[in-house]
Amino acid sequence: MRKLWDFHGGIHPPENKHQSTQSSIRSIALPDTLVLPLNQHIGAAADPCVRVGDTVLKGQMIATAVGRISVAVHAPTSGTIAAIEEHPVPHPSGMSDNCIVLRSDGEDRWMELTFCADYKQLSAAEILSRVRQAGIAGMGGAGFPTEVKLHPPSNDKVNSLILNGAECEPYITADDLLMQERAKQIVKGMEIMAYVLEPEETLIGIEDNKPKAIAAMREAAANTRIEVIVVPTKYPSGGEKQLIRILTGREVPQGSIPADIGIMCQNVATAAAVYRAIRFGEPLISRITTVVGESVPRPGNYEVLLGTAMSFLLQQAGLPLAQDATAAAPVDITSHPRPNQGHCPAVTRLIMGGPMMGFTLPNASLPVIKTTNCLLAATPDEFPGPATEQACIRCGMCADVCPAELLPQQLFWYAKAEEFDKTEMYNLFDCIECGACSYVCPSHIPLVQYYRFAKDQIRAARIEQRKSDLSRARFEYRQQRLDREQQEKAAKRKARAESAAKAQAAKAASDQPEQAETTTMATTAKAGAGGAESKQYIIEAAVERAQQKHLQVEAESSKPPALEARDPEGPQNHEESRNLDELLDRVTKTKAKLEKLQDSLATSLATNGDQSNSPATEKLSNAVEKNKIRLAAAEQALAAAQATAPSTQQSKPA
Amino acid sequence: MALIRVTSPHAHGSNKTANIMQWVLLSTLPGLSALTIFFGWGVLINVVFASLLAVLAEATVLKLRKKPIGFYLQDYSAVVTAVLLALSLPPFAPWWVTTVAVLFSIVIAKHLYGGLGSNPFNPAMVGYALVLISFPVAMTTHWATPSTLQEGPGFFATVGYIFLGQDIGVDGFTMATPLDVYKHQIAIATIEEVTSDPVFGNFVARGWEWVNLGFLLGGLVLIGRKIISWHIPVSLLSALCVCSLLLGWDEDQYTPLSIHLLSGATMLGAFFIATDPVSAATSHQGKLVYGAGIGITLYVIRTWGSYPDAVAFAVLLMNFAVPFIDYYTRPRTYGHTSAQRGIRRADPP
Repeated sequence: MRKLWDFHGGIHPPENKHQSTQSSIRSIALPDTLVLPLNQHIGAAADPCVRVGDTVLKGQMIATAVGRISVAVHAPTSGTIAAIEEHPVPHPSGMSDNCIVLRSDGEDRWMELTFCADYKQLSAAEILSRVRQAGIAGMGGAGFPTEVKLHPPSNDKVNSLILNGAECEPYITADDLLMQERAKQIVKGMEIMAYVLEPEETLIGIEDNKPKAIAAMREAAANTRIEVIVVPTKYPSGGEKQLIRILTGREVPQGSIPADIGIMCQNVATAAAVYRAIRFGEPLISRITTVVGESVPRPGNYEVLLGTAMSFLLQQAGLPLAQDATAAAPVDITSHPRPNQGHCPAVTRLIMGGPMMGFTLPNASLPVIKTTNCLLAATPDEFPGPATEQACIRCGMCADVCPAELLPQQLFWYAKAEEFDKTEMYNLFDCIECGACSYVCPSHIPLVQYYRFAKDQIRAARIEQRKSDLSRARFEYRQQRLDREQQEKAAKRKARAESAAKAQAAKAASDQPEQAETTTMATTAKAGAGGAESKQYIIEAAVERAQQKHLQVEAESSKPPALEARDPEGPQNHEESRNLDELLDRVTKTKAKLEKLQDSLATSLATNGDQSNSPATEKLSNAVEKNKIRLAAAEQALAAAQATAPSTQQSKPA
Repeated sequence: MALIRVTSPHAHGSNKTANIMQWVLLSTLPGLSALTIFFGWGVLINVVFASLLAVLAEATVLKLRKKPIGFYLQDYSAVVTAVLLALSLPPFAPWWVTTVAVLFSIVIAKHLYGGLGSNPFNPAMVGYALVLISFPVAMTTHWATPSTLQEGPGFFATVGYIFLGQDIGVDGFTMATPLDVYKHQIAIATIEEVTSDPVFGNFVARGWEWVNLGFLLGGLVLIGRKIISWHIPVSLLSALCVCSLLLGWDEDQYTPLSIHLLSGATMLGAFFIATDPVSAATSHQGKLVYGAGIGITLYVIRTWGSYPDAVAFAVLLMNFAVPFIDYYTRPRTYGHTSAQRGIRRADPP
């Protein structure tokens, strides 16, 4: 007997599972139209690879995965692409998103599939790629791409692979029925996952309120390394972190993923989908959805093609709805007269998911997607409207049931007062929004709603903060640039005045380097005082120094040579007046300066990382470019000079 | 009817604030019965009078605050405050003492701070402390000698005394409580002499022991119903025991533990007053600290302070400390290596 641990808190809401476990998994008629959102998972939306009017076969890929975290979308039946357009999708916000609309031809013809009798002939990489191509995303509710999850960071070795069959939410029985009827598929899917991950132990956690599923899974897992573990029924034992705690006694550290502690959780339905994808080459085009609620005459579990309109599914379950509630024409089911409704109580709340964490839908025209594990058409008797919120009396019942061991009453207090820094101090972001606190609150406070509000506000504030930081940096840089330009102008003016004075006094040019040196030193001193921003100052000082030197070189070689350097056509005129050594010296100097600048550019790039377009770096790279040009000019001048005076002893610069 | 759109969770348990308050009221019955049996009708009259007054005061303030009166009265919180206050008052306290205490509790201590859930101090104890400090004579001379209902003044005589001041010739009115007697007599008399005083009876403290056992029973019911957690009563009583055994083991000088536990408002305070969730510490660990703080303060004031009993002051003093305790007793959150202590700025994003 394996030792089980307990997680903090938890509740025992009425299970309400019996309504949908009376019959086996049923299939429904083929709908005329399927609406397939391009983003049914967490990550980047898939990219359509078909055009309107194309004919597709069942199982054919119609949208490809884009980027690392993404999965493909496939045609759930054969037919033609009717449209690629915006359509309302099941999402808590009620938003619309890009969807492919598929008109079924009624033939349901499969494409040619790649069978694989023995997955062990495939490499792990090949299996992962097939899982990705099959469009499999976590089917427990979150919809994280399975291939990405099965491919943890290279330094994470998965020791425990856990299949989550807890299904702790009331009403939902999709995984229960799947385990009862397709236990073999789940076990084989898990073996494939284990082949990829090579874990030390493979566990399946099932709540003890599903005796039939437990028996079926035990039978299927006999003679395998897979261990079926019965866990006590307590919501939310099916939460990833909670199930890990129950089975292994370990906690996923804050800000980490389970793979970081060598554990991976997958849903049982995901495992079955992986099996079908590898064994038969079938992509994910259907799922089992629990249809339940007092208003549904034939509650139960239905095998539904992805993209099927929920209204169609509800109709198939016996709920009388308007006939034309098709996907292409979004219709509010409640806005239609339903004369034959008779014995059916009115639906007032349509929930995707369970009563604890599911979200309400605005109408039934939305499509079933990869994460639709339950459709709950509830009457006011089942879920009466929210009661009026009373004052929090800090009774602490919420803290007693919180599986994240937070203090919900304090979080509520600060969220309501909009003291968001305090909510973060009380670890708001560790809240998993399971709803246990709201469930037990005697004052009927919608606590989770307050936490969502606070989280949103904090996220929005962070985005704002980032924006304003950026514009402040931009402003400060502009200010610095303007100041520096002023200084440069002043320095130039000074230099000009001095050279004029020198010309007048006909003195030696040796005075000027000193002058330049003094200015540079002053700049360096300022950089030292800069504190945190000293790096930027140093870079600027380097740029300035380079410019000073440039000025100096210009001043040194006086006007004609400077002109010459820019215009290498005419060196011959003045070759007599210039020493070759001097030219050579200039080339070496410029080269050294260029190298130095390039070095500091490289360090700046390395340290600034993603902010490679920061103003300081930009300035540096500009300086590098300028110096390159300058070097080229100097080299040319030297070459020209050497050509005209080949007798000189100097070798070519290295 | 349109589909309603609300956020999860959609299911809700059967907990109700009103039910919690009703259970608290029900659980006071054993203690209330014992008080009535041993100290006469005055207790019951006070409880009813205070409750009516509290509801009236609450309704008036709610009207002034433009809040729905019916909705807020349904939570029974005003009645709970009034009952707990009336249980603490002397049985024969004149009506104006009760009136001042109740009005101050409801209007000042509760509603001026924002109403239910927002009061930093236990409203009943604020009202009690006010009248104890303001009317010391009225508050200390209206404890009757414990007797039985038949022996004591009748119901109507008690009503007449409380509301009209009619003399009913109860000689025990100047009677002090056992805590008071022991504290002041032990310095000048032997244990035998002190405990021969009629207030002590045959067991620990005549009548009081049953009153305290009654409140203990009610408190256990509350813990059993999970309306209060065990933390505050256990730590409070433990702290009181430890103090009494360590510091006051000498019964020739100090009140013995048995009298500490089974007389005065000890059990009422431990199970009904200190556990008021609004003004108590939040986390379980915090509750242990808070309860222990009350227990220690209670012992210190009872032993070296000028008041014989000190539940009200101990609770109010610890109410002050609650925000501080809360900052240092946060539980460790799942996935964190340790609990955070003190006021710390949130990590920068």
